[in-house]
Amino acid sequence: MEFFIQQIVAGLTNGAIYACVALGLVMIYVSTDHINFAQGEMAMFATFLAWAMIDAGVPYWVAFGLTIMVAFFGGLFIQRVILKPLENAPVLALVVCFIALLSIFNAIAGMIWSFTIKQFPSPFPSRDLFGNGLVSAQQLGVVAVTLVMLGLLTVFFRYTTLGLAMRAAAQNASSARLMGVRVSWMLALGWGLASGIGAIAGMLVAPIVFLDPNMMAGILVYGFAGALVGGIANPLGAVAGGFIVGVLENLVGSYIIGNELKLSFALVMVIGVLLLKPAGLFGRVIVRRV
Amino acid sequence: MTAILQVKGLSAWYGQSRALFDLDLNIEQGGVTALLGANGAGKTTSLRAICNMVRRTGTTTMDGTDISRRTTEDIVRLGVAHVPEGRGTFVALTVEENLRLAFHIRRDRKAAERDMEKVFAYFPRLKERIHQQAGTLSGGEQQMLAVARALMLAPRLMLLDEPSFGLAPLIVQEIFRILRRINEDEKVSMLIVEQNAALALELADHVYLLETGKVVMSGPSDMVKNDETLRKAYLGY
Ligand SMILES: Nc1ncnc2c1ncn2[C@@H]1O[C@H](COP(=O)(O)OP(=O)(O)OP(=O)(O)O)[C@@H](O)[C@H]1O
Ligand SMILES: [Mg+2]
Repeated sequence: MEFFIQQIVAGLTNGAIYACVALGLVMIYVSTDHINFAQGEMAMFATFLAWAMIDAGVPYWVAFGLTIMVAFFGGLFIQRVILKPLENAPVLALVVCFIALLSIFNAIAGMIWSFTIKQFPSPFPSRDLFGNGLVSAQQLGVVAVTLVMLGLLTVFFRYTTLGLAMRAAAQNASSARLMGVRVSWMLALGWGLASGIGAIAGMLVAPIVFLDPNMMAGILVYGFAGALVGGIANPLGAVAGGFIVGVLENLVGSYIIGNELKLSFALVMVIGVLLLKPAGLFGRVIVRRV
Repeated sequence: MTAILQVKGLSAWYGQSRALFDLDLNIEQGGVTALLGANGAGKTTSLRAICNMVRRTGTTTMDGTDISRRTTEDIVRLGVAHVPEGRGTFVALTVEENLRLAFHIRRDRKAAERDMEKVFAYFPRLKERIHQQAGTLSGGEQQMLAVARALMLAPRLMLLDEPSFGLAPLIVQEIFRILRRINEDEKVSMLIVEQNAALALELADHVYLLETGKVVMSGPSDMVKNDETLRKAYLGY
């Protein structure tokens, strides 16, 4: 029983990170219909920046905040400078562009910081929280940071007119323009947010898996699985999907198939869900009269 | 009378095919101008060209400012509200969110709040459905929402693309009554595109008639209304 609970808690912790990655993917998908394959490498790169700052003596939370900001503007910049000129390019050209971004970030990180793994500090102690070996402060911290971020994003999208403008632009671009919304800037903002969320995921996962330029490869697959399981067009669904994938992956890994096959299990789950419910478990069908 | 919008030599293309041929239009300040014509004549294209939503040439001047090369968003921000063909509803947003979207570009929050009240006074039905998902509104209600959204921009000129399309006669009358009040009370100038010529002639003071992308006739609406041969030849009634 104790082992079971430990696995669930560990699953939720991983799930929080997958949820961040999934949310980053969805954020870009809903406004542009693109899957940003470079999401993971962008997050990895941001995490290296945080590592470099901390290494240079910057306090953890200051580096954390600065990294999110740098990632935000980096994402914004990538959209404006690289993707905007490709607005009307065929999908395949964009896919190539994303893959190019992926390998460029990977290579540059390797060049600057080398491919040897590095230890990334965690702001949370790894000590047992309730003295019963079930939940560590580290695990609770990861989930808490994720929930705080989700809360802030919810407030932003629900209660600010900028958030509303972003939702409108994602839903119906030409109609949004007719309301005066600068749609292409909204897309750039979406990229900035996705990149910032990715940076958070990177910084949360780095203490667990160690930091190296290939750190996010597996995480991106899980995040992708979370997004597809929950519904790629639905932010809340993607977050739920991330947590579901995290928990199931852990349970199935430790009870049934062993750790080596965990990643394959994530993919099986994606295929299963897509076969049964193509829009994802929480894929929202918009009620609509014609 | 002075023109709020002047259109000179407006042409538009979809890919290689040309949809408008050197249109000249004068939209009077404070007035209602109607743009009539059969299906495919280029009415929708004219409105879209004015807002720079299609590839076009020619000049459009709003109050002496050349807006030919401005982006759609900027033209809207200058006071042109376009109620598009198909209503442009944000189906997954609530009625309230559809309207509040205007707050994004409005600097005068207090005035915008007052406009919201005013919009609900014009369209009490929308107030009753304020928290409803806009995609679930009836066609007539969505048309009201489209006009209401445009009104929330506090525009000086409204471009209306077939506000009567697909609606029952009673609803059409209701909407046109409200359009008249908006024109008279809010001093919003209008350019309205209509299939229903008789209805548009009631509201408009000036008419342009379009055929295959060219203006073939224009004049005061009274003249057209009272001239049976004109009506029979161009409007078919
Ligand atoms: N997106 C498009 N691509 C190619 N051709 C188009 C497009 N939209 C319109 N056209 C063409 O341009 C011409 C003018 O169309 P437009 O929509 O302006 O007509 P309309 O007067 O608004 O007609 P209706 O009363 O049916 O709405 C038509 O010949 C039409 O086929
Ligand atoms: Mg039309």
